[in-house]
Amino acid sequence: MIQRGEEGTAANATVNIDGTDVPFADGETLYEICSRHQKDVPTLCYDPRLDPFGGCRLCVVELEGARNPVASCTTRATPGMKVRTETGAIEKHRRTLLELVVSENRQVAVDELSGYASQEMKTLVDRYDADRGRFQGKKSGHSREDDDNPFILRDYDQCISCYRCVRVCAEQEGDYAISVMNRGFDTKITTEFNGLLRDSDCTFCGQCIQTCPTGALADKKALANADVPGDIEKTRTICPYCGVGCSVDLVTKGDRLVGVQPAMDGPANEGALCVKGQFAFGFVQHDDRLKTPLVRGDDGELHPASWDAALDRAADGFRGVVERHGREALYAVASGRAPHEAAYTMQKIMRAGWGLNHIDNCSRA
Amino acid sequence: MTNPLADMDKPDVIFCIGTNMTECHPVAATGIKKAVAAGSKLIVVDPRHIDLAKQADVYLPIRVGSDTALLLAMAHVIAREDLVNKTFTDERTTGLEEFVEHVKGFPPEWAAPICEVPPEDIEKAARLYAKADRSAIYYTLGITEHICGVDNVKSLCNLTLMTGHIGREGTGINPMRGQNNIQGAGDCGALPNNYPGFQAVDDPEHQEKFERIWGTKVDLELGMTKVTALERCGESIFGMMIDGENTLLSDPDRNHCQHALESLEHLVVIDIFLTETAKLAHVVFPATSWAETDGVCTNTERRVQRLRAAVPAQGDAKPDWWIVSQIARRLGFEGFEYESAKDVFNELCEVSPLYNGLDWDRIDEGEYHWPVPDKHHPGTPRLHETGFENGRGIFSCTTYRDPAETINDDYPLWLTTGRRLQSYHTHTQTGRSGGMEYFLPGESLEMHPDDVTRLGLADGEPCRMSSPRGAIDIVVKATTKSRPGTVFTSFSFKDTPVNVLTGSGYDPTTHTPELKVCPVRVEPVAAS
Repeated sequence: MIQRGEEGTAANATVNIDGTDVPFADGETLYEICSRHQKDVPTLCYDPRLDPFGGCRLCVVELEGARNPVASCTTRATPGMKVRTETGAIEKHRRTLLELVVSENRQVAVDELSGYASQEMKTLVDRYDADRGRFQGKKSGHSREDDDNPFILRDYDQCISCYRCVRVCAEQEGDYAISVMNRGFDTKITTEFNGLLRDSDCTFCGQCIQTCPTGALADKKALANADVPGDIEKTRTICPYCGVGCSVDLVTKGDRLVGVQPAMDGPANEGALCVKGQFAFGFVQHDDRLKTPLVRGDDGELHPASWDAALDRAADGFRGVVERHGREALYAVASGRAPHEAAYTMQKIMRAGWGLNHIDNCSRA
Repeated sequence: MTNPLADMDKPDVIFCIGTNMTECHPVAATGIKKAVAAGSKLIVVDPRHIDLAKQADVYLPIRVGSDTALLLAMAHVIAREDLVNKTFTDERTTGLEEFVEHVKGFPPEWAAPICEVPPEDIEKAARLYAKADRSAIYYTLGITEHICGVDNVKSLCNLTLMTGHIGREGTGINPMRGQNNIQGAGDCGALPNNYPGFQAVDDPEHQEKFERIWGTKVDLELGMTKVTALERCGESIFGMMIDGENTLLSDPDRNHCQHALESLEHLVVIDIFLTETAKLAHVVFPATSWAETDGVCTNTERRVQRLRAAVPAQGDAKPDWWIVSQIARRLGFEGFEYESAKDVFNELCEVSPLYNGLDWDRIDEGEYHWPVPDKHHPGTPRLHETGFENGRGIFSCTTYRDPAETINDDYPLWLTTGRRLQSYHTHTQTGRSGGMEYFLPGESLEMHPDDVTRLGLADGEPCRMSSPRGAIDIVVKATTKSRPGTVFTSFSFKDTPVNVLTGSGYDPTTHTPELKVCPVRVEPVAAS
C-alpha cells in the first residue's frame, strides 16, 4: 500500500517540509524525513521496525497538489514535493481521527509498567486534548480474561486495531501466532481457533506487549508491581541468558526490580527478546539467593560466617593444599555467566598468584 | 562468529547444523526467519525435527554423531561437480589438491547409510550451499559436543574454504555461543592454553610478557582442562575454586563428578544460589547477580558490551572480582588492589591485543566487535575480509569415526540432549523466576510414537532410561519430533538428571564431552 516514488532519485533531490528544502534518500517516506527533521508528526500504528501500514491515519500531512491529506508513513518522497505538517486544518483533522480512535476504549491512562509503548495513546490524547465522549457508542474487542498465562495480559477492551501486535509477531518475530479476525466493530486480535496463547504458536517473546500503544496487551509480571511505591527508573544492561547479548532496560522502582523491557536500539536485538530475557528476571530478588558467606563447620554442615572469617578460611585452605601437595594441586573454573572481571581475576589468581595455567571455564559442557 | 548478527538476514543460503536456534538463541533465529520469508534458502541438519526444520528447503535428519560423514560427502559433491571457488582457493587457501583427492573416497553413497539420509539429499544440500553467491553456516553444540567435535568444525571450515563463503557480508562460519559471557570467559584467558586475548601460554614471548606485567613466574606448560582436573581430583588435584557453575548438574557423568568434588580437601564455590555444587563446598561466597553487578560481557558476535547494576546486592553479596581479589590479597599476591570493575576491565584491555583499543568508557554504547587493536580502530564486525590471520586457509583431511559408544542389544536407542526455550541450563535462574512452570512444569523424554508402542510404554507415563553409567526415571512424551530410534531430553531439571547417563567420551583435543550421543535402554518402570 506504499505509494512508491520514482526509482533512482538524484542524490541532490529535495522535498520542501514546512517551507524548508531538505534532502532525502531514495525510498524514504515523508514520515521518515519529517521525524529526521524533528517534526512532531503523531502516529499510533507506526513502529519504525515494521513495514508502513497507514492504518491510523494520524500521521496525515498536507501535500501540495493532493486533494486530501496523505498518510506520511506510507507516502514515499519524490523530488519537489511540498509538504505542510502543522497547519490548523491538519491538526484539527488529527484530533478528530484521535477522538474516533479513543472513543471506544475503557480507559486512556494505563500503568507505564504495561509495556514500552503503552503511553503512546495517552500522550496524544493529552496533546490534542481529545474529547473521548464525542463518538461514544458501539465498541469492539473483548478482553480474554480466560487466558490464564502468567505473562501476557489480553485486555482487548483497550484495543484500537492498529495491528502492531499482529505485525510485530509476523514481521519481527516470524511466528504468525496472532492474526486479525473480522472487520469493523467485530474486529478481533486472535490466535488460530480463537484460543489461549499457550495453545498457539506464541513463544511469549513479549514483542506484542512492548509495541502496543494502549496497554491492551500488557506485561502481567511487571503490572503485578503496580502498587510498589516509587518512580519507575530504567537501567540499560545486557540479558543474562544466551550469547546473543540482547540489550535490555531493567525497570526498577526503588530497590525493586519490577520488569524488563527490550532496548529498541539494542545493537544485537533491535527491540526483540525471548521469553527468558523478557520474563525470567525474578531469580535476582528470590528468597533463595545466597546472602552471606558459608563455611563448613566441624559438624560437617555449612554455617553462615562473616566475610573476614570466610575469606581467611578460603585463603588458609588453599595455603594448606599447597603445603601438603604443592601448588600444582590447585585448580579453578571460571564462569561463562559472570562478567569479564570475574573471569580475568580468576585466571590471574591462578597465573600471577601460583604461576599455574590450571584454569578453565564452563564452555566444555 | 566470523560475521555479525546483523548479517543473519542477508545470506542467499543459510546452513544450520546442530543448532536448535529458535529455542536456544531465539532472537538470533528471528534473523533467519526474516531471511527465509524474503526468499533465502534454508538447509537444516538435525536429528530432531526442530522448528527450523519446518521451514527448511533441504532437511537432513541425520543419525546423531554422523556429521563428519555428511560434511565429507558434501565436500565430495562440491569437488566432483566442479563447484569449487577457484579464485578464492588460489588466492587464500592451501592444500586444496590434497583435500580434493582425499574426499574422492567419501561419496554420498558412502555417507548415506552412516547418516541414514538419502544420498540425493546430501547432493542437494551441497549444491545449494556451494552455488549461492552468499552462504552462511550457523552451528551450536550439536557440532561440538561430540568426540569428533574438532573434526566437525574443521569439516565445516573445509566447506567455507572450498566455496569462499567467508570474509563477506552474509557468509561465514558462525558458532552461536550459549551463555551470556562464555565468549568473554575465553577472551579473558580463563583457558588452560591461553592468556587473555588468546595468547598461547606455551609461547615464551607471551610468558615473558605476562611475567613482566605481573612481576611473577608463570609456567610455560599448558594447563589441564576442567575435564582432566575433575578426573584427577583426590589424586593430584586437592584444592579447587569454582565460580558460577553448577558442575554437578551440567557436566557429564554425575556420579563421577560428585565423587571428584567430594574428594577435594578444599573446595571454594562462588555463586548466587546454594546450588547442588555449592552444597559440596568448604567455603561458599555469595556473589552479586546480574542486575546488581557492573561489568562487561562479550556476545557471540564478539561485541563487547556493558553490564550495569540497577538494584542493590542481596544481603552481603559481593562482586566476583572483589571476592577473588580479597582471597588473593590474603594470600599475599600483588596486583589485586582493584577498587572497581572498571579497574579490572581496563587492565584486561591493556594486556589483551584484541582489546587494546578499548577501555571502560569506549564500550559504553556497545558498538565494538573485537579485535580492536588501537584507539582509532573502528572494531571488526566481520573477520577474514582481506586475509586469514595465519596466512592461508588450510584444508583439513578429516575422517569419520563412530561415537564413543554405539547402540547395541543392551542399549538400543540413541539419546541426545539439549535445551528448551523456557528453561536455561540447570534451571537455577529460570526455575526461580515465576511463570515458567506454566509452560514447562517438568522434563519429559521425547520419543517417536512407534518406539513408544514397540517398547510397551505410554505417552505421559514414566519410563526408566539407563546407560552404562546409571538410570533415571522420566515421563515419556510421544512425538514425531524424534526420529524412530532416537530419544531426546534436556539437562535442565534436577528431578531428571540426564547427566547421570551421559559421559561416554570426550573430544581428544578440546575435552568437550559427547553430551549429544549416549546409547540408552528405555523400559517401563515396573519391568526394571
